[in-house]
Amino acid sequence: MQLRGPRATAVALTLPLLAFIGLSFVAPLGTLLSKSAYEPNVANILPRTLAALDGWDGDGLPPEAAFASLAEELPKARQERTLVRVAGPVNRLKSGMRRVLTRTARQVEKAEYAGSWRETLIGINPAWQEPDTWLAIQAAGARFTLRHYLQALDLERRPDGGIGLRSEESRIYMPLLWRTLLVSLGVTLLCLAIGYPIAHLIATSPPKRSNLLLLMVLVPFWTSLLVRTTAWIVLLQRQGVINSLLVALGITPDSERLEMIYNMTGTFTAMTHVLLPFMVLPLYSVMRSIPPTHMAAAASLGANPVQGFMRVYLPQTLPGIGAGGLLVFILAIGYYITPALVGGRSGQLISNMIAYHVQTSLNWGLAAALSSILLVAVIGLYLIYSRLIGIDRMRLG
Amino acid sequence: MNKPNPVPSKVAARPNRALRWLTGLPLAMAAGALAAESITVVSWGGSYARACVEAYHKAFTAETGIEVLLEDYNGGLAQVRAQVDAGAVHWDVVDLEMADGKLACDEGIIEPIDSAQLPPGLNGEAPMDDYMPGAVSECGPGALFYSTIYAYNTRYIQGSPPTTIEDFFDLEKFPGRRGMRRSPLANLEFALMADGVPLDQVYAVLDTEAGLERAFRKLDSIKDQVVWWEAGAQPPQMLADGEVLMSTAYNGRIFNAQVLERQPFVIVWDGQVLDIDGPLAIVSGTSRLEAARQFVRFANRPTSMAYVSKYISYSPTRESAKALVDKHWETGIDMAPHMPTAPENMKRALQSDWRWWSDHRDEMNERFSAWLIR
Amino acid sequence: MNALLVRRAGHYGFIAFCAAAFIFLVAPILVIVPLSFNAEPYFTFTEGMLRLDPDAYSLRWYRNVVEDEAWSRALVNSLIIGSAATLLATALGTLAALGLASPAMPGRALITGILISPMVTPIIIVAVGMFFFYSSIGLGQSYTGLILAHAALGAPFVVITVTATLSGFDRTLLRAAASLGAGPLRSFFRVQLPLIAPGVFSGGLFAFATSFDEVVVVLFMGGLEQRTIPRQMWSGIREQISPSILAVAVFLIAFAVLALFTVQWLRQRSAEAR
Repeated sequence: MQLRGPRATAVALTLPLLAFIGLSFVAPLGTLLSKSAYEPNVANILPRTLAALDGWDGDGLPPEAAFASLAEELPKARQERTLVRVAGPVNRLKSGMRRVLTRTARQVEKAEYAGSWRETLIGINPAWQEPDTWLAIQAAGARFTLRHYLQALDLERRPDGGIGLRSEESRIYMPLLWRTLLVSLGVTLLCLAIGYPIAHLIATSPPKRSNLLLLMVLVPFWTSLLVRTTAWIVLLQRQGVINSLLVALGITPDSERLEMIYNMTGTFTAMTHVLLPFMVLPLYSVMRSIPPTHMAAAASLGANPVQGFMRVYLPQTLPGIGAGGLLVFILAIGYYITPALVGGRSGQLISNMIAYHVQTSLNWGLAAALSSILLVAVIGLYLIYSRLIGIDRMRLG
Repeated sequence: MNKPNPVPSKVAARPNRALRWLTGLPLAMAAGALAAESITVVSWGGSYARACVEAYHKAFTAETGIEVLLEDYNGGLAQVRAQVDAGAVHWDVVDLEMADGKLACDEGIIEPIDSAQLPPGLNGEAPMDDYMPGAVSECGPGALFYSTIYAYNTRYIQGSPPTTIEDFFDLEKFPGRRGMRRSPLANLEFALMADGVPLDQVYAVLDTEAGLERAFRKLDSIKDQVVWWEAGAQPPQMLADGEVLMSTAYNGRIFNAQVLERQPFVIVWDGQVLDIDGPLAIVSGTSRLEAARQFVRFANRPTSMAYVSKYISYSPTRESAKALVDKHWETGIDMAPHMPTAPENMKRALQSDWRWWSDHRDEMNERFSAWLIR
Repeated sequence: MNALLVRRAGHYGFIAFCAAAFIFLVAPILVIVPLSFNAEPYFTFTEGMLRLDPDAYSLRWYRNVVEDEAWSRALVNSLIIGSAATLLATALGTLAALGLASPAMPGRALITGILISPMVTPIIIVAVGMFFFYSSIGLGQSYTGLILAHAALGAPFVVITVTATLSGFDRTLLRAAASLGAGPLRSFFRVQLPLIAPGVFSGGLFAFATSFDEVVVVLFMGGLEQRTIPRQMWSGIREQISPSILAVAVFLIAFAVLALFTVQWLRQRSAEAR
């Protein structure tokens, strides 16, 4: 490759931003993705216990060395404040293990040595005589694991080693993913249905009116997302503007105010509002370039307006539909803020589940696996976008 | 982590924060170097946090020169665990629930507090004799009694009002949405009480799988109508807006809305779940350990506790502080009848078993979230 | 005759539909403005407001916001983080756009794709990844971390707007400058930059607006000391909606309108400059 002249200059100009994006953006994504399959904590904190368990096949109790190492490594981890990194993952494999581990870590130092570490630990907590307890530690000790992906896809490893679907009531993530896709699709179609006519109106109005109408699309586009979400809360809540208006007009009785927020209706309405400009703007820029003479020509050739629209106008706006539709869909499937604020229990999407596992359940591996699935979907759509429309043709406002 | 110990200096205490922001370049701030000594105290927000600020944060700063930065949270150990796990502790003191305090202590993510070393009672009583029985765990004492009750707004319920915990679950008699905390705590108890389990058997029933299923079945019966809240400040807001017909809530928040905002709310004490808040826990690994210790000692003075009850209807856990419970600071209302521990409010009250909860908190949280998603 | 009627009806139907759509777009934002002057702590129009009774209106929520230290602190934080991130994003983004506009640029589509990706990546993934990554290198809970994060989110907007301006740039001007003896730096500053300046400014404005409205990354990465305006609004909406939020919202709407007009004005200038 020749690295001189204009080519080298061009590359050199893009390098700083590339390096910056690489460090400040791609590296964090990499860190996140690695967490979905790489979990070294337990292996690092209980190395000797795991070594002693190596070769134990889950039949009967593990060797005394495993008990002895654990009795030493648990209190040490507690002192070094790394116990929490062990307790979480093991607890996820066997419910109740957090308590067993933390209590044991605390009590083993003060406990009286009962002749063998096996007896001592079992004396502290009978859970230590169950092979399952040790199997959970062993499994959590694996540095590389696919179990987060299995869980994210509602799959599980069967006792015989095969992989199968989880029982119906514990399938959570695939239905949520479907819901996210359906909501995104619904929002995209709604945006198209509302956005297409108004983009057409803006594109065909005389310049002055067109500018004014365009402004009405751009003001929401520039307005803070949080402000727009707040606005919908103000409008939609039970004592909000719309309900009060309906009651004042006598359309609904005061006792039967509509529930339009903190559910899917809230998510749908607010998301459509927020994303509508992303549909209108690409449509508008395509429609503006269609000469009005085309429709006139179709009409003069005897086409009625519907035929003219279907055969002449619509095909020419397809690039705009594709650009707007893909953009809205991409933004919609990653939506977080609006569902979190107005979605209630039923209006939550996959992003909210990721946030839940990061902030509340601390199941970072699962959050990372869900994130990578979402990310793959977005990258796929992004590639389609760049193929069909071209990234460098993206325009703002 | 790696925050340099700030220089204790009363003079440097925040003379001009804005100036410091503008001059102290962002990179310098990255090191977390705030000039004045300060600690970050994390509490429950809203009117309860305000009560603590008035009752003793201000006095603490005046006495020690240590600034108290207040942050809100909604309970649970997730953030503390995450900070300790990530090795980036920036919370110094957290106002935990009793069950969580025990859990956190077992995990080694909070510093144990020796209750015997805390300030003596008003008349010089040894601390351990002064705290009420059941209010002290191995890892620190609880700070106050509060109650989870349910309340309604008379503006939206006319005619015969709800009076029992059964009414809360009765959608036929009282159709409309319900507010509940997004947590199994207290909700499982409410469900069983409303399902006819005698008070003294609630935890025994919860201890069985069949009992748990029974509790969740009862919750199922109103699930579609529930709006889940997280912050204690939300229920009064939802009641005022008519967003829900009734809501569970912390009694002090409803009290404050009644007296300060003159909201026509009514507390239903029947089936209240009486609980202990605290300990004020110090997060392990904080770089401001000494200041945090000072703060916890200060907060555990009988006077600090008693002053809180001038601002919100929560009662102190120390016997000697009880004598100081007096009148509401602004309206002059006598506080005693509004306390969750007042005899007339205790006719059918369940004492929350924080030991049971510390044993089962994590499993219940998991089960509850799985149930919620379905 | 009948066909004409149908067309008429269709036309009016179309206009009515569009009117409804524009109301849907704008009304929510407009509704906030009068409600922010509500004298009562409610989110709905009181009877007094509808009667235009002056007593039903007040500035109390604006006073609340101005007097509340938390909001002024948030404003300072938003300005610090926003302006630093904007400077970084604008400088790097403009350079990159210049490179991408060069006809000699290899692999343009791929590189553009990478540079623009922060704009379309779901924000929750970005925030969570940054939370883990920046904590691990000691930049969690810091201004620096947030500035870097917001600069990465804002840079794509600069790349896009500057690229758009450059696409109308007549490259023969550069050759003309060179033939007159100007070095590449000199010809950049004297010829190219003045012509693309409007694009750079609007890119910077987009980047600033992005940071000024960003809440999720701040939510995961920022500490108490880095609370920004959106972060403060977030807790307000989640926990206790008081009309103070509406007052802040009105301020943000004013900011949006101002930014919008500035960008439109810059665009016109850049069109005229051609």
